[in-house]
Amino acid sequence: MDSVFYSRVLTELTLTFHIIYATIGVGIPLFIFMAQWMGIKKQDEHYILMARRWTRGYIITVAVGVVTGTAIGLQLNLLWPTFMQLAGKAIALPLFMETFAFFFEAIFLGIYLYTWDRFKDQKKHMLLLIPVAIGASCSAVFITMVNSFMNAPQGFEMMNGEFINVQPLVAMFNPAMPTKVAHVLATAYMTAAFILASIGAYRIIKGSNHIYHKKALLLTIKVGLVFAIASAIIGDFSGKYLAAYQPEKLAAMEWHFETEEEASLTLFGVLTNGDEIKYSIEIPYALSILAHGNPTSKVLGLDQFPKEDVPPLYIHYLFNIMVMIGMFVALVALIYIVGNWLRKKFVYKKFFLWTLVTTGPLCMLAIEAGWWLAEVGRQPWVLRGILRTEDAATTSNDVDIMLYLFIGLYLLLGIASVIVLIRMFKANPIERELRDREGGE
Amino acid sequence: MSYELIGISVLWLFLFGYIIIASIDFGAGFFNAYSLLTRKNHIISNIIQRYLSPVWEVTNVFLVFFFVGIVGFFPSTAYYYGTVLLVPASLGIILLAIRGSYYAFTTYGKLKSHFWTYLYGFSGLLIPASLSIVLTISEGGFIDNTSAGLSLDYVALFFSPLTWSIVTLSLTSVLYISAVFLTWYANEAKDEQATALLRKYALIWAFPAIITAGGIIVELRVHNELHFQNMLNVWWMFLLSGILFAATVYLIWKKRNYGVAFLLLIGQFLIAFFAYGISHYPYLLYPYLTIAEGFTNEGMAIALIIAFIAGFCLLLPSLYLLLRLFLFNKNYVQGKIK
Ligand code: HDD
Ligand code: HEM
Ligand code: HEM
Repeated sequence: MDSVFYSRVLTELTLTFHIIYATIGVGIPLFIFMAQWMGIKKQDEHYILMARRWTRGYIITVAVGVVTGTAIGLQLNLLWPTFMQLAGKAIALPLFMETFAFFFEAIFLGIYLYTWDRFKDQKKHMLLLIPVAIGASCSAVFITMVNSFMNAPQGFEMMNGEFINVQPLVAMFNPAMPTKVAHVLATAYMTAAFILASIGAYRIIKGSNHIYHKKALLLTIKVGLVFAIASAIIGDFSGKYLAAYQPEKLAAMEWHFETEEEASLTLFGVLTNGDEIKYSIEIPYALSILAHGNPTSKVLGLDQFPKEDVPPLYIHYLFNIMVMIGMFVALVALIYIVGNWLRKKFVYKKFFLWTLVTTGPLCMLAIEAGWWLAEVGRQPWVLRGILRTEDAATTSNDVDIMLYLFIGLYLLLGIASVIVLIRMFKANPIERELRDREGGE
Repeated sequence: MSYELIGISVLWLFLFGYIIIASIDFGAGFFNAYSLLTRKNHIISNIIQRYLSPVWEVTNVFLVFFFVGIVGFFPSTAYYYGTVLLVPASLGIILLAIRGSYYAFTTYGKLKSHFWTYLYGFSGLLIPASLSIVLTISEGGFIDNTSAGLSLDYVALFFSPLTWSIVTLSLTSVLYISAVFLTWYANEAKDEQATALLRKYALIWAFPAIITAGGIIVELRVHNELHFQNMLNVWWMFLLSGILFAATVYLIWKKRNYGVAFLLLIGQFLIAFFAYGISHYPYLLYPYLTIAEGFTNEGMAIALIIAFIAGFCLLLPSLYLLLRLFLFNKNYVQGKIK
């Protein structure tokens, strides 16, 4: 029992930490590519520099992503041996393909980093980024396929507790896959965009009035808005997926206790006495629309499920946090773009810039909330309907000590990576770098 | 050839790849730290940095490929090894994590200090030591299988001479492989001082490496009779490997053809590694798990092999490009271009 508890905590910790760096790793190459492309197309040194500076930060986050990812990959086997033994028979394919995506990314990233000045034709250097971006996004696609399988396992038959007649492609392309993969990718790009925007806004607040930062802001926020809208739309589809395949997760995250038609959506609120909702806002018909796209359709409530199969109800808060952040960030981005277009002064006023600074960290918070929602919402199952989490954990008694060691490791890595990033950009502000380049060349 | 044989051969080949390039990396880190200690770092730091910078991430992927692949082809390894390796593998992860990230922090983030150089250098020796434990365990005799589940007998493991011979072998080979490679690399860079120093390291570490390798065969005779007998059946492979070893040392001694010497060294380790693997067959974990028992189903095996072939077709040209730009590009190696 104890080892189950500690295995869960350690898995949660590692994934929560990895996902920060992984999300940045998936999203940023796209923006480096865009900046370099704009720079070459417009013959604008500023965009080229943007690409260079973002790359320098990116490599630090990649490093932490790689080492924490290696940790998860091994830990899944160390902490959940039964799960890996069983599930591996059906879902090893995308995990294996993921390693090729890593390979691809790692090789071209190595080349890209050390060939800034090797090619006469800048475009050739830019092309090296395409495999980096594809590799990073593919690793997210493949790993998310594995996770989808945990939510909607298929592509095999069960006999005596073993999988037989396995069809790897059917397991990979399970019903959870389309919405999950699309939502994970869109939110990763969105998060990367707003993290870069936050940095730009912060530099302007700190008195750097350079046009460089304004260009960076406009580029990232425009693209960020597109992905924010896409995330919301795909999020809506995720809700419909849940209604069809994991109704207990949907009911728990909406605090929908009784099966009914014309179901209303519960926003905010707190839960008392187990099932009394207080201080909430009810939006009529909205849950029926979210679940089935039809205001009168029936939505299953928690009364339909045995108690031991119902996930923890606190995921409601996580869902609210995610959605509110999504709406808020999209709104801020829209205001900035319209304000900038109408040449309104307020978009570069302190209070608005500070609002922009919050968008990056908020997006990261939404990513965490979303994953916790998805994973905790799947409990008590590790493979929904097939294997319970408590039956999948290792029997080793040393997990607690390992947990403390890893807490130490992540503290060290987290703090060190932040210090390194801050020093890197403090020591070399954009004004200095521009001057150096003009003087040097 | 059966699917499980294809699977294990490919994985074994990638594990070999990891061992070679990781040895170069670990050894380089150690020589770098050691030369700082003896104030000779101005001689070889540069060489080491130029080689490591573009490839460090690729090294790590080889390891990931191996363990993801073995669990894919042989899911039962996740159960057996996963359960018993919790502590040693977790320690390995932590060391790898610290080492990998601080390489990036110092190289790209300009976080320079002697402390990290030492940490980087010495952790590089602990990693092969902790990873090599897996090979020891696979020989059997260290796992208790009780009703409460599998567990590792740490006391037996710690006091077994086999453990320590394998650990010593991993350390000496790391230093030997790395020194031979770097001798060639420094020579390509036309850096005579560095070549001379590294050549000396290569010669120093050659004999401990071969002696410990021989020692293991003797240990196995006591520890795992079956494995020992199987080894005798492929005696000619070990002999071939020994001849290649002698040829490598000869070339380095004569200061000739360092490139060929390194190729011979790869041949030596490849043959010995496969001879070891072949004699380990059919066990993945003696005596609990054979490759037939641990194997996944046919549908998954075919899918994995197809994915592997497709992936390999992408990978090979990319790796070639990487090598051509950095390893075989004279101007880069000699520091004329960045
Ligand atoms: C920037 C981050 C972000 C933002 C703004 C949103 N999401 Fe999200 N959401 C995620 C980041 C995320 C995620 C981290 O990517 C998750 C976790 C697992 C997954 O598949 O995606 C997720 C999961 C997730 C799930 C659970 C899927 C499952 O468990 O299978 C639902 C129903 C939604 N989202 C719905 C939405 C809606 C309706 C949003 C409206 C604005 C929204 N999300 C915004
Ligand atoms: C990358 C984003 C992910 C994050 C942040 C994440 C986070 C979490 C969290 C918080 C839990 C604990 C739920 C609880 O309270 O019990 C959990 C459970 C689990 N997740 Fe995920 N997860 C992610 C993706 C995945 C993927 C892709 C896999 C599979 C390869 C996976 C494997 C597991 C397993 C085995 C458990 C069971 C342990 C448990 O229930 O605590 N996770 N994950
Ligand atoms: C959806 C959530 C996840 C995303 C988007 C993601 C993405 C990434 C990215 C971008 C990297 C860096 C790769 C590189 O640059 O080489 C990485 C590393 C890694 N991730 Fe994750 N990851 C996620 C969750 C997981 C999970 C649950 C696992 C465990 C099965 C995992 C396993 C790994 C491994 C093994 C590495 C190291 C690869 C290497 O050595 O290059 N990831 N991940």
